[in-house]
Amino acid sequence: MPALDMTDVRKVYGSGHTEVVALDHASLTVADDEMVALVGPSGSGKTTLLSIVGGLLAPSEGAVRVGPHEITTYDRKELTTFRREFVGFVFQGANLVPFLSAKENLLVVADIAGRTGKQAEQRATLLLEELGLGDRMGNTPGELSGGERQRVAIGRALMNEPELVLFDEPTSALDTKLGEQVMELIRAEVKERGTAAIIVTHDTRMTHFADRTVEISDGRLAA
Amino acid sequence: MRLAWKELIRRPARFLSTGGALTLIVVLLLLLGGLLDGLTLSATGAYGAQTADLLVYTDEANGSLFRSRIDPDVRAQLEDVEGVHTVSGIGAVLLPARIAGSPDPTDVAVFGYEAPNAQVPAPPAGGEAYVDRTLADAGLALGEIFAVGPAAVELRAKDWVDDTSFLAQAGVWADGATWREVLAANRPDAVLPDGTWQALLVEAEGDVDAGELASRIEAATPGLDPQTRAQAILGLPGVEAQQGTFTNIIVMTFVIAGLVVALFFALLTLERVGLFGVLKAIGTSSRTLAGGLVVQAVAIAVGAFVVGGLVTIGLTPVVPPDVPIELVPRRAIVTALGLVVTALIGSAVSFRRIVRIDPASAVGGS
Repeated sequence: MPALDMTDVRKVYGSGHTEVVALDHASLTVADDEMVALVGPSGSGKTTLLSIVGGLLAPSEGAVRVGPHEITTYDRKELTTFRREFVGFVFQGANLVPFLSAKENLLVVADIAGRTGKQAEQRATLLLEELGLGDRMGNTPGELSGGERQRVAIGRALMNEPELVLFDEPTSALDTKLGEQVMELIRAEVKERGTAAIIVTHDTRMTHFADRTVEISDGRLAA
Repeated sequence: MRLAWKELIRRPARFLSTGGALTLIVVLLLLLGGLLDGLTLSATGAYGAQTADLLVYTDEANGSLFRSRIDPDVRAQLEDVEGVHTVSGIGAVLLPARIAGSPDPTDVAVFGYEAPNAQVPAPPAGGEAYVDRTLADAGLALGEIFAVGPAAVELRAKDWVDDTSFLAQAGVWADGATWREVLAANRPDAVLPDGTWQALLVEAEGDVDAGELASRIEAATPGLDPQTRAQAILGLPGVEAQQGTFTNIIVMTFVIAGLVVALFFALLTLERVGLFGVLKAIGTSSRTLAGGLVVQAVAIAVGAFVVGGLVTIGLTPVVPPDVPIELVPRRAIVTALGLVVTALIGSAVSFRRIVRIDPASAVGGS
């Protein structure tokens, strides 16, 4: 079963004269250990696609299946549970909780899923060590560099062993060298776990880290 | 919830302004409540001390002890009413008292009574009186003789009693004969014959309801006006108006506390829209985020109550002695609960905004 099977998805904002088609009959399948780079100019529909796949936005038409989850049939509460249990997000600019340490930022995910305790602590420690942040676990985001913050965000996305990880411009705030290091790390972590990933980026220098690149333009996907 | 708690502990400075404002409001609430309780006690202590179920006046007295007089025949009728357990007489007269060593007279309420109550033991021997402890401030000592009224009737202070003031005058409790002597000497127009009292205190039998007994008394003895203790207290001059005024001020202060909390959390929520969007995107429910807000609001309210309570206790000794502030546990509990409820309502104002935060806003931003 593929990690993602998106069929004929449309997303329309507004109606009548103000109607804007953000996604136009988009179909995409991602295998369960595949890493896909989604590239396209601003306003092409990348963010809309990512939001729909992540259960943040409901499509106007079409079906989205993540693993065994037919999320287009889910209500708001079920989508919240889906995001908590089965998807990992890495946002542009990390978006960490500013008053928590690196480790606590990972534990937030376990906490909201009700999985606190020693096991969660061990997993957070292990992930941060793998991400090269073993000695920065107690530091708050304000005490970390941009690259370190993004690595913490990657750890947070992997904390609950998701089936699909969605990366929203993960290197946009980093210089080329740091961006490449982060992309290498993302690839290593995702491949080691056999997790599927979609990386939205406008930086074509980063696409070679992915198994496949999909272009999007005016809401239409082209392989 | 844990997240909210951690924010509170690690970023106390951002909650300081609201906590400080609520602390000042707590001090105000406790001082206002203390003043109300002090004023009420000084006006109604003598009635509050009674353990009887009913206080019976005559109809035309309109709830005033000084206008009421009940003779022995009517008392006998009352004693025969079904459900009446005991009946005892009570009367009072307001007079100035001269205390040795004090240059100015002190106002007292001299009571004549038959039965003990919660604060005052059974009547003392003739010429003696139990005296309210507030008279110690006027220089009275136990065993000392003081003179009551223009006729200077002498009474000996037998022992102290607490919280028995009446209409802001210290209670002096004597037996019926002594009280009648005081009346005859100082208020000849108001003197009462033996066996006649201004009012009667009635204890109901077993589990007879006070309201039901009052109805029976009204039916059996026309011309009498039986009142429950609470009704009699509220019927004292100025008490109801005083309680109403203070209660309104206290309620308004609670409303202001609610507005402070509501405004603070509305601004805080506005500031956290981005963070809440991210937390929602990773699977936090609106309910959990709203719960966090409640935890913070209640913690601030409790903290403000503790600090405000300590400040009030510290301030009380410097309040001038003629300001009757009375800090009672019941008032503190009501204030604490009121503040927590106010904080809950205030924080609830932001719930709608939290629910409306779109988790999709976390994606695509910078």
